[in-house]
Amino acid sequence: MTRKAVLSALAALVLATLPAAAAEAPKLPKQAWSFEGVFGAFDRASTRRGFMVYKQVCAACHSLNLLAYRHLMGVDFNEAEIKSIAATVEVQDGPNDAGEMFMRKGIPSDKFKAPFANEKAARAANNGAYPPDLSLIIKARKGGADYVHALLVGYKDAPANVKVPDGMYYNAYFAGNQLAMAPPLNEGAVEYPDGTKATVDQMAKDVVTFLAWTAEPEMEERKRMGVKVLLFLLVLTGMLYALKRMIWAAVH
Amino acid sequence: MTAPTWKNPVVRWIDQRMPIFTLLQHDAVEYPTPKNLSYWWNFGSLAGIVLVIMIVTGVILAMHYTPHGTMAFDSVERIMRDVNYGWLIRYLHMNGASMFFLVVYIHVFRGLYYGSYKAPRELLWIIGVLILLTMMATAFMGYVLPWGQMSFWGATVITNLFSAIPLVGPSIVTWLWGGFSVDTPTLNRFYSLHYLLPFIIFAFVFLHLWALHTSKSNNPLGVDVKQPGDTIPFHPYYTIKDTFGLGVFMIIYLGFVFFAPNFFGEPDNYIPANPLVTPSHIVPEWYLLPFYAILRAITFNIWFIPAKLIGVVAMFASILILLFLPWLDRSKVRSARFRPIYRQFFWILVIDTIVLGYVGANPPEGNFIPLGQVATAYYFFHFLILIPALSLFERPKPLPESISAAVTKAMAKEAA
Repeated sequence: MTRKAVLSALAALVLATLPAAAAEAPKLPKQAWSFEGVFGAFDRASTRRGFMVYKQVCAACHSLNLLAYRHLMGVDFNEAEIKSIAATVEVQDGPNDAGEMFMRKGIPSDKFKAPFANEKAARAANNGAYPPDLSLIIKARKGGADYVHALLVGYKDAPANVKVPDGMYYNAYFAGNQLAMAPPLNEGAVEYPDGTKATVDQMAKDVVTFLAWTAEPEMEERKRMGVKVLLFLLVLTGMLYALKRMIWAAVH
Repeated sequence: MTAPTWKNPVVRWIDQRMPIFTLLQHDAVEYPTPKNLSYWWNFGSLAGIVLVIMIVTGVILAMHYTPHGTMAFDSVERIMRDVNYGWLIRYLHMNGASMFFLVVYIHVFRGLYYGSYKAPRELLWIIGVLILLTMMATAFMGYVLPWGQMSFWGATVITNLFSAIPLVGPSIVTWLWGGFSVDTPTLNRFYSLHYLLPFIIFAFVFLHLWALHTSKSNNPLGVDVKQPGDTIPFHPYYTIKDTFGLGVFMIIYLGFVFFAPNFFGEPDNYIPANPLVTPSHIVPEWYLLPFYAILRAITFNIWFIPAKLIGVVAMFASILILLFLPWLDRSKVRSARFRPIYRQFFWILVIDTIVLGYVGANPPEGNFIPLGQVATAYYFFHFLILIPALSLFERPKPLPESISAAVTKAMAKEAA
């Protein structure tokens, strides 16, 4: 009796809290990502296009500090490509033998060059807002890839009752709905060499695939190893169970 | 206890001077163990193995980690990206912490259900509670080390708890921080202690085992071992049973490591620590959520005592109360199998702690506040009122004569 009473009281309280938790941002549309699932792997054509989108659009404001150009080998860029990508930037090096800093062309071991020298410079150029580093963005947001995709394609005209201040943009998926980033992707913003049509949705998907790789560059190796390890463990544990049954058969 | 004579001359030479082989023979091979232990008895040895995994992976991580406010976050990411199999070592360590608590919580609830804390195992139980407390301190400090947003703000919230101590509170907090906010000095000392405490846990585990091997294992019937037929040697029976259990455990643990390594984590901890930006919702790791809920349940001052202080006291009391459990529960019957009323309240306590965890994971607003208060009140009611009262009023079912008698009877029933 007591148990039932206590249980139903607890259940009632738990249920009463549910609507409060549900009243938040709209549900994220679920996308089909190449890198999901036990055997998921990054779609190489998509990461390649996504890198283009990052380089030609996002990199104007967003850094990718945790990556070096050499890391691009991880998504099948070849050495010559990486050398030429790195060579497009000028980096400061030194001091040389005369004790002076000097500029030189980037090399594969350099970290991705950030668009701004420091946070103050970034804020000064962006209306006071600080564009976050994108290296880990997919892991650092609830909803991960689906969230970043939804955000990139989620710019809309603000509802009549919402007033959006100058320099801010309305986005249904951003916490608080007001975002300092202007809609970054416009139809045809990049020209894909593989002939894929550069729609906003396509570019968002590609750049998210690329950023999913920058967040978890170990993912493919991890899953491949995991499949082998778990298969081994399943067989081993099965045999251990048989052995346990054998050894215990005599105990009564 | 007759010392075996060892054939191997090297073994014999060592054993005569330090009887380590005799000790192993007695405590790991012949060690008489009740023959009716269920799979719930696997979790103690599992916890010991996870502790070893944590120490080994932790020592390797320490070779690559930099405990400094401006470098800690990037050094962890360097481990993930540039150190050979660094991602594997780090994910083993990260998920290992969750698995450690999962295994230990099952182990504790096993003890609660089967009355393993009762005479003559009070000291064994108390050492276990001390292990749990040390684990929590270790895990909390470990969570600070990656220096993400949750690391930083978790450290800020928890260290600030000490400011609730009257008069000296704020000074203690400054002393804990090594400055006027959580910063590099705090990170440095947490790192030092995070490396030290596991070895203290290891020492406690040794004492835990010593006490265990003195009073021997409890069993699902909760009756004492009475005759040699009640026990079987630890090896090979429980070595194989524990090894099989370890296999099942590794499938689950490594399943998370390889396929959902961030399942237990908070996305916010992949954002570098920023003292100027407070996350909208600060939460500890899942295994501390019930205690976090108790901390926040107290929203009212009592007389002149501020709510914050009562919350802190309640949180610590919720664990320390376990130290007194052997004397709060006066019932002579250990196993809940023979305690029809206690058994029901045991499961209500399990549900209550899950509810507390659920409340701890949610912001303290709306219905979560009264829910957390009811669940907290019930938690203390269970240990302080229900348990002592039950031992007076409950009429236990008749106990079996011995382990063998009960096992034989069950076998006969099965055969019929």
